[in-house]
Amino acid sequence: MQAVPVKGATRFIILSELIIPFILLILGVLLGLYQALARAGIIKSADLFGINYYQGLTLHGVINAVVFTTFFAVAFGNAIMLHQLKRPLKEGVQWVSWVLMVGGTLMAAWAMLTGRATVLYTFYLPMVAHWTFYVGATLLLIGSILPYFFDWIPNTLAWRRENPNAKLPLAVLGNLVNFTLWFLIILPLATTVLFQMLPLSLGLIKEANVLLSRTLFWFFGHALVYFWLIPSYIMLYTMLPKLVGGKLYSDSAARLAFLLFLLFSIPVGLHHQYTEGGLSSGWKLWHAFLTFMVALPSFITAFTVAASLEHGARLNGAQGLFGWMGKLPYWSHEGDKWLFAYLISGLILFLFGGITGIVNASYNLNLIVHNTAWIVGHFHTTVGGLVTLSFLGMTLFMVAKLRGVDIKAKSLALAAPYLWMVGFVIFEIALSVTGLQGAPRRSNLGISYLDPASGELLYRPDWLFWSHVGALGGVIAVIGFLAYMVSLFGTLFAKPVKQPEIDFPMSEALHEQTTPLVTNLRPWVTATLLLIAISYTYPVYESMTRGIVANAPGYQSEGNNLVPQQALQQQSKLP
Amino acid sequence: MDRFEKRAIALALSLVLMFFGLIVYAAKGLQADLPTCLPYKREIKQGAFQEIGPNRYQVDVVAFMWGFDMGQINTIRIPRGAIVDFYVTSRDVMHGYHIDKTLVNLMAIPGAITYSRVKFDRPGEYQIICHEYCGLGHQNMAGKVIVE
Repeated sequence: MQAVPVKGATRFIILSELIIPFILLILGVLLGLYQALARAGIIKSADLFGINYYQGLTLHGVINAVVFTTFFAVAFGNAIMLHQLKRPLKEGVQWVSWVLMVGGTLMAAWAMLTGRATVLYTFYLPMVAHWTFYVGATLLLIGSILPYFFDWIPNTLAWRRENPNAKLPLAVLGNLVNFTLWFLIILPLATTVLFQMLPLSLGLIKEANVLLSRTLFWFFGHALVYFWLIPSYIMLYTMLPKLVGGKLYSDSAARLAFLLFLLFSIPVGLHHQYTEGGLSSGWKLWHAFLTFMVALPSFITAFTVAASLEHGARLNGAQGLFGWMGKLPYWSHEGDKWLFAYLISGLILFLFGGITGIVNASYNLNLIVHNTAWIVGHFHTTVGGLVTLSFLGMTLFMVAKLRGVDIKAKSLALAAPYLWMVGFVIFEIALSVTGLQGAPRRSNLGISYLDPASGELLYRPDWLFWSHVGALGGVIAVIGFLAYMVSLFGTLFAKPVKQPEIDFPMSEALHEQTTPLVTNLRPWVTATLLLIAISYTYPVYESMTRGIVANAPGYQSEGNNLVPQQALQQQSKLP
Repeated sequence: MDRFEKRAIALALSLVLMFFGLIVYAAKGLQADLPTCLPYKREIKQGAFQEIGPNRYQVDVVAFMWGFDMGQINTIRIPRGAIVDFYVTSRDVMHGYHIDKTLVNLMAIPGAITYSRVKFDRPGEYQIICHEYCGLGHQNMAGKVIVE
């Protein structure tokens, strides 16, 4: 498929949607390093350079997992639609989206950096952040959904009219599924933010139902991880086979995987609430079942991707049962093949993420790992693994194309994903072990459990060794990130030698035949809505009635501290 | 769809269904079940430690910034072999209530009650850890169950 030249506003918008969140990501990654060292007791302090541990943890989570991922998904979605449908983006829509996303991010960043929103990235009630945090987050989400409604859907419909007999390109299907999902899950999140958190923050209401807020948050919260993951899957299905010189093993399996994600990724949120009272365990078991079903498209992906890699390697002369594993372009300076290093490293990490994820989903098994360091290990190999590596690789790829330059410091760009991968394999194993030993997540262990001075109620010398191993993993990963930064900034500031364009290495399919099951979207959307209604009506009702005894007053984040709102209001009444 | 693809999907489906079957067996057969919604309304304002029968105890836990009120603050003592019912809630923000080396791993939610039952067979000290962020003193919020 040929490249699409880009210029003017379209080029600026896509490029800046990649670079702006990356600048923030640098801060997010460095704060991650601080957390890894603090959790090992190597840094024993409540803050570093004026940033409190939990303030830094909030920034680390919000920037890395929400801002970076959302901006990237929009930029990548824009580029995919433009490249696949060959129809220009609607610049008016894109500008409104850009202004909302950037403006919202700046508002939320101000609140977090000034200690007015030290509420972690899950911002559980009754903790209350400054109103700018909620409004900023809302603007970011609204901005991110606008291109879907006012650019991509109209452009897809127009493309359909012009190509009545053509199959919707696979990458376009994946992207539309992703943002359909995104729209559906923004609704419950917006409900708790706009009707509970924001009014509480502004003092319009005095109390809120915490359990209901949590149920609504996790209605959004787990499907969010698939919103991160689907762009990575698009790369695995449509680009990875081409990079190894082969074809996608099965087109309809890929389509089926995307549609199964749509169906199963939302009604699984109770698996984040296994340990909460107020919700019936029968419904938790139902969500556990659906969580296992959502593992299915990932299994399909594992098979299809491995089969595509094997097919490509055999075309390049691989022999024997496992010989193909040695014939892959792990370290290739040729053309775009460097991108393979990012995707394969991400896939290796995702193996760990998938297995630990099945443990987490496993209902009663979750009691052993819930909110321990194990969970932290898990998501650093999913969102911190495949998602981050594929996003970083694709950011570098697109920046080079959009600026019309060749990749600079290619060896560093090649080393980066492997360092990251090795670092996070070590990190994951270490955090799994400390998690099983009982070490909690979200805690500044260095000034408590790992400090001999903290007394016998707290001190846990048995966590020391593996916490240090975890810190070592974090350091290795950050070295990889620094290598990546050298290459990215070199590429960003290099002199252009070509026309700016958008181009992706798109694969053809080996098995092309399609079943009607995977070409018609409508029954899938209907089934999705039905399954959500079945799975969430009763838990939401229970959160509002049987499960809750009393509403709770808010606790405002003030200078990183949590202060009862009542006390604040009384203070302000004094002369 | 290609026949290898179909086989892979069938295999994956059987695998996850087998896992699910084992979970249901562990939950309902071996009684390792999750906290559920109490069938009656109960409100807990203060921590309490009560003996409700021979070697049976009921502990009302009120988590607060930054400690656990269980009748006594942060530490309780119980005899070996005791069966203990924990009713956990919070007085202010979200907290966690994880008793190390047991399946008691609960969220303390203001306005709601989370219930779990456990039998302490082995004597020793079991650390209670708050594992949900609850403000600047969160990392120091811990307690102890001493089984004698």
